[in-house]
Amino acid sequence: MNKPSTRVVKVNGSGCRIWENGDGEPLVLLSGFGGYPNWVPFLEHLASKRRLIVPSLPGYPGADGHRLLDNQLDWVSATLDLLEAAEIDNTDLIGLGPGAALAAEVAAMVQTHVKRLVLIAPVGLFDEANPLGDIWALRDSEVPAMFSSQPEKFAEALSCPENEDEVEWRILQTRAREAAARMLWPIGDTGLAKRLHRITAPTLLLWGDADRVVPPDYANRFADLITGPCEIKIIDGSGHRVDFDAAEQTAKTILSFLH
Amino acid sequence: MKLCWFHLMPYTDLPDDFKDSHNSVWVDIDSRLFKPEKAHHMYNDFMDELEFAAESGFDGVCVNEHHQNGYGLMPSPNLIAATLARRTQDAAIIVMGNSLALYNPPLRVAEEFAMLDCMSGGRLVAGFPVGTPMDTCYAYGMNPSQLRERYYEAHDLILKAWAEPEPFAWNGRYNKLRYVNPWPRPVQSPHPPIWIPGGGSIETWQWCAEQNHVYAYLSYFGYKAGVATMNGFWREMENLGKDPNPFRAGFLQFVGVAENRDEALDLYREPAEYFYNRCLHVDARYANPPGYTSEATMRAKVKSQVLQAARRATDQSMITAPTFEEIVDKGYVIIGSPDEVADQLREVAINLNVGHLMLLLQFGNMGKELTLHNTELFAKQVMPQINGLFENEWQDEWWPQTMAASTRSEPRPILQTTLQ
Repeated sequence: MNKPSTRVVKVNGSGCRIWENGDGEPLVLLSGFGGYPNWVPFLEHLASKRRLIVPSLPGYPGADGHRLLDNQLDWVSATLDLLEAAEIDNTDLIGLGPGAALAAEVAAMVQTHVKRLVLIAPVGLFDEANPLGDIWALRDSEVPAMFSSQPEKFAEALSCPENEDEVEWRILQTRAREAAARMLWPIGDTGLAKRLHRITAPTLLLWGDADRVVPPDYANRFADLITGPCEIKIIDGSGHRVDFDAAEQTAKTILSFLH
Repeated sequence: MKLCWFHLMPYTDLPDDFKDSHNSVWVDIDSRLFKPEKAHHMYNDFMDELEFAAESGFDGVCVNEHHQNGYGLMPSPNLIAATLARRTQDAAIIVMGNSLALYNPPLRVAEEFAMLDCMSGGRLVAGFPVGTPMDTCYAYGMNPSQLRERYYEAHDLILKAWAEPEPFAWNGRYNKLRYVNPWPRPVQSPHPPIWIPGGGSIETWQWCAEQNHVYAYLSYFGYKAGVATMNGFWREMENLGKDPNPFRAGFLQFVGVAENRDEALDLYREPAEYFYNRCLHVDARYANPPGYTSEATMRAKVKSQVLQAARRATDQSMITAPTFEEIVDKGYVIIGSPDEVADQLREVAINLNVGHLMLLLQFGNMGKELTLHNTELFAKQVMPQINGLFENEWQDEWWPQTMAASTRSEPRPILQTTLQ
């Protein structure tokens, strides 16, 4: 895999990493739960066709400053700062999980920023009759199967690489969980439902059919609330982390939508 | 040394197979197990026990706050403290305490604690716990990443509210108030002593030292597991240039007194096994929400062998189902004749250097009769042997400054009324 170029921008005075790799029309991606400690095949597939830009949200691997953000407006404002530093301007935007919730906020608030929107299993809504999985009340051993349909492989991907310090690796992952919790605790409803009608960009809603975090039925609720044209694609045999469970197929589905 | 009688108020009727047939005693405990008519008797027995302890000469009586918890029936310890203010005379009322971040606005704590201090004539100790993850983050939905920020802000707000004579505006991160002016104000000036129940976090030790608050280590695992933590606390006090005044610290210990050790083994087996096997049956899913433990503490815990040993001692006991012999061997519960108990508690107080011992003389499903027996034996035969400890060498600056007895109001006696 090609190594991405890395730069660091300041958001509220805290450093946030921006990765960039590939050539072509720019494509910006906001990561999901856990963020990306390493460049992964899913990103490589996207970068093989487009100039892929991956900014790290505050608190996710490569970035700090989540403890400065107290409410949803702070998160949206920090995301706008970050995307503007990444030079977003009528650009295609992908988000996963919490990154998708923030990508949707950006598309709703500044319609000129986003050309086409890809939301992969976004959080932000909560249906009492069909609740999100409780990712905050898990034993360590239960985490992989909550997020992935290939838990053993996923557990291996989460484990500390040989060249990394084990304590710091664990802290990196806990910090990313804390950043997500800071925005989503306790049930993940960010009030996004009130703003989805402002999204006019063509939107792809992408889900793994075995998602245990955000039930795939939520795709219909998003599609109902978004004003722009919506397409729903379900990836068979994938859990919440479709970018891990079906990296190539997910990338192909996205690139075909953005074509 | 101050001897304080602590009640957790456990529900005493959890089924024998609770551990096997139920997920957790906390957060998602089965509501169908709760029988309000039985709880009526439990509450009244528990309050009788607290009142008896105060009458028996204990320096203070302690209550605390838990939510959705089968071993702690006090979502509001202030309600119990209010009855104690009326039904006890001289004992300190130690509320251990109110989880500051859960009160909106936290001025509620400034107001209610001031009420309790006025009602009791200045007998209140104000406990300010952060609160466990189970209580705060899961039962009350508090954001674990904001919990401590909210806690520290609430603490600063309450202290300023008690101290400031003029109404003031508060533009905090989490609290916006135009007119802060609590009415009533506490009897004790500038405020009741503040005790901080804590785990083993270095930041809390440093903060207690900086604020001059008591640090109370409330572990259910006794003095053997507590040594490492209290040693760490005193080392940190030394680093910060604080004197080793034992009254800076508090420590919780389960105790069962009997005529002799064999009788104690017999009497306290069932309630101890009930507590350690049923009451501590907590689902580990609710123990570690992200952000609850600071990164500095995470690093320190991994790097510090001392704290790791303390954690191992605790973790192991959480997963196994200990027998009473193990419970006693590990020092979770101190039992024996009055002399044996006094010897052990003297050793605990001296080794851990704690001037405020909080004693659980009711635990698990212990009934009122045995609880009163335990309390009476302790008061008559253990207390006189150890209550002089530290008192000549050190000043307890963290004990309530109570109004003189002669200036305090006397509640009218309760009379039996007969309907004609």
